[in-house]
Amino acid sequence: MSDLDTFRSETRAWLAENCPPEMRKPVRSEDDVCWGGRQFKPSSPAQKEWLDKMAAKGWTVPDWPKAYGGGGLSPAETKILREEMAAIKARNPLNSFGISMLGPALLKYGTEEQKLHHLTKIARGEIRWCQGYSEPNAGSDLAGLATSAEDKGDHYLVNGQKVWTSYADKADWIFCLVRTDKTSKQGGISFVLFDMASPGVSTKPILLISGNSPFCETFFDNVEVPKVNRVYEENKGWDVAKYLLGHEREMISGMGLASSGGNPLIDGAIATVGLGHDGRLADPLLRASIALFEVRAKAFGAMSERFIDELKAGKAHPAQPSMMKYYGTELNKGRYELMMAAGGSDALEWDSERSRGGAIPRSWLRTKANSIEGGTSEIQLNIIAKRILELPA
Amino acid sequence: MPLYLDDDQTVLQDTIRDFVAEHAPVSHMRALRDADDATGFSRDLWKQFAEMGFTGILIGEDQGGLGLGHVEAGVVLEEIGRNLSPSPFLSTAVAAVEALKGTGQAERWFPGIIAGETVAALAIDEGAKHRDTVAMTAERSGNGFKLTGAKRFVTHGHTADLIIVAARTGGSANDTDGITLFAVPKDAAGLSANAERLADSSLAARLEFEGVEVDADAVIGEVDAGRTPLDRLLRAGRTGASAELLGVGSGAMDMTIGYMKERKQFGTLIGSFQALQHRAAHLYSEMEVARAAVLKAQQLLDQGSDRADEAVSVAKAMTALATTLSVQEGVQMHGGIGMTDEYDIGFYMKRARVLAEMFGDANFHADRLAVAAGY
Repeated sequence: MSDLDTFRSETRAWLAENCPPEMRKPVRSEDDVCWGGRQFKPSSPAQKEWLDKMAAKGWTVPDWPKAYGGGGLSPAETKILREEMAAIKARNPLNSFGISMLGPALLKYGTEEQKLHHLTKIARGEIRWCQGYSEPNAGSDLAGLATSAEDKGDHYLVNGQKVWTSYADKADWIFCLVRTDKTSKQGGISFVLFDMASPGVSTKPILLISGNSPFCETFFDNVEVPKVNRVYEENKGWDVAKYLLGHEREMISGMGLASSGGNPLIDGAIATVGLGHDGRLADPLLRASIALFEVRAKAFGAMSERFIDELKAGKAHPAQPSMMKYYGTELNKGRYELMMAAGGSDALEWDSERSRGGAIPRSWLRTKANSIEGGTSEIQLNIIAKRILELPA
Repeated sequence: MPLYLDDDQTVLQDTIRDFVAEHAPVSHMRALRDADDATGFSRDLWKQFAEMGFTGILIGEDQGGLGLGHVEAGVVLEEIGRNLSPSPFLSTAVAAVEALKGTGQAERWFPGIIAGETVAALAIDEGAKHRDTVAMTAERSGNGFKLTGAKRFVTHGHTADLIIVAARTGGSANDTDGITLFAVPKDAAGLSANAERLADSSLAARLEFEGVEVDADAVIGEVDAGRTPLDRLLRAGRTGASAELLGVGSGAMDMTIGYMKERKQFGTLIGSFQALQHRAAHLYSEMEVARAAVLKAQQLLDQGSDRADEAVSVAKAMTALATTLSVQEGVQMHGGIGMTDEYDIGFYMKRARVLAEMFGDANFHADRLAVAAGY
């Protein structure tokens, strides 16, 4: 047996023994997702057990170095772990912007002290992070941000406002873009980290069309941020910001993938429409729409695998995350349009128990943000056209 | 196994890319078309394929082939697609070889295929649309069988040395059992072939079998169990057609993006217009996803995975969708010149339509996936 075969069989055995059965059931609501952090209250003992066991092995972040709380796995081993987890439909033990966004940026741009301090806490799910990027007047034109950071010797004094800060009211720390030089647009931005409990930080949830408030307005009023919390050089934060955005787009593109454990679109359609005597969905046009959607969804599954493999091998075009983000989010919006069509009037119920509090219609509306957050679809198409296809300006 | 070409496969791709671009560029196809060529491809070029070893790409080294897999065969087909090169590679070196592999027929036909002397055609389709049903009959007769019925959309059927025929030795049209696959030599009595010129100027035959008698040893595999070699043939053919479609779509896209960088209107390059940039970027995304789907199907076939069948249908449907978009955007973005016979982009549109139909179109494969998923 090759080393990888050995790793696979050992991983399979470990997962079989250590992944609690409850953690192999499909995620039904936000409660089932483990985000970690100071305010984290496990929704079940199994959720806590699963997080602790995976964190102890470094497998919440399997490909990070062991020194920073990771598993130290190679790309091939990481892929095997993912495959083996998928095979038993194991839930992700820990979801976090620390893992998917800040972590990669710190690994590339952070000091050794920053890595040791922050990465280990991210890996164990101790600190939940939020992202301070967009501002009321800096959306697609992100580099036009105005939140100021005044040099006060050993610290910056931060004043301004962020918007669309996901889960700012639940987060412990923020990674934030601030302006340290007003004379240069991209060249006047710095990337800083600070505690959301700092004096002068306040958050206000924004009520969305889904009836939920996953995003906040975040206000900074004379917030003191020690300079040791700046990542990379002063006025070079845009480099960190773009690198992180690439990882954010990767994460969002994952929404285009079918969830592990059943296919809610197909199951939902069978439940409402029923199967005919020939075993086919009784509504032939809905069936055709779903089947053609599934072609793209499955092909995108292969694309995601290819993208990760190419990324790990350094073969992916640096702007390829824009393609993944564009395709994955448009796909996810399409999936929910079909789920609404398949659900009919059942899928319109907004807060009944039978609809689990309107889970489908609220998710349907939530997906509309997928092609806006992290850079709109139009911005991604601009990036693909210019950086990959090299079309003229 | 990572989902990208490994180093050996990349080297092979470079070799094949240069070879096909040099010996069979689009102008080669245009010349055959202009000459009203009756064969449908160049026998000389097929000999050159043999000299490069490509004809035996899927045949084991112990039988004189290269012993490579569907990923490598796909690398060849992508270049055939990109250059619109008329070639019996897909029907012969890919689909027929897979059908014959491991059967008693392999020994008889492989040497000729490897040598570039034998061309195979696939007599599968019976209606205008590809179906997973076989109605044509093969009755027992003396020491063998008597084949009666009609087949169509048989590429190279009028000129092939070997025709692989799916016929029914038992059961009814929709049954899985009762199909037998036959290797019929071209000179069989009672077999007539009418070659029809298709939209892309390739030739496909309508075959009539009027009591064509074949010996029992013409059977590929087992009598009544032809579904097994037929499925091998179809999986390989569909995957190969996907790879060729990928080449057609990529070739058309490259041509279109190249044109956007040179064509000026309103005093500026049309590629600077955001309305066109966004469409080009969307097209690129569709082609990238299609490329991933094709490689996934090829790798799973090479691994003998039980998930290969699904991946093959995804690949065939996805490449048909993406390449159809590519050729439509291609003609539209070229404007008036895209409508002229003199310019090559129209050839891409015509070839894409033929390949999209071959071995089942996007709807056929989407339906197949739905049935497999239980809806």
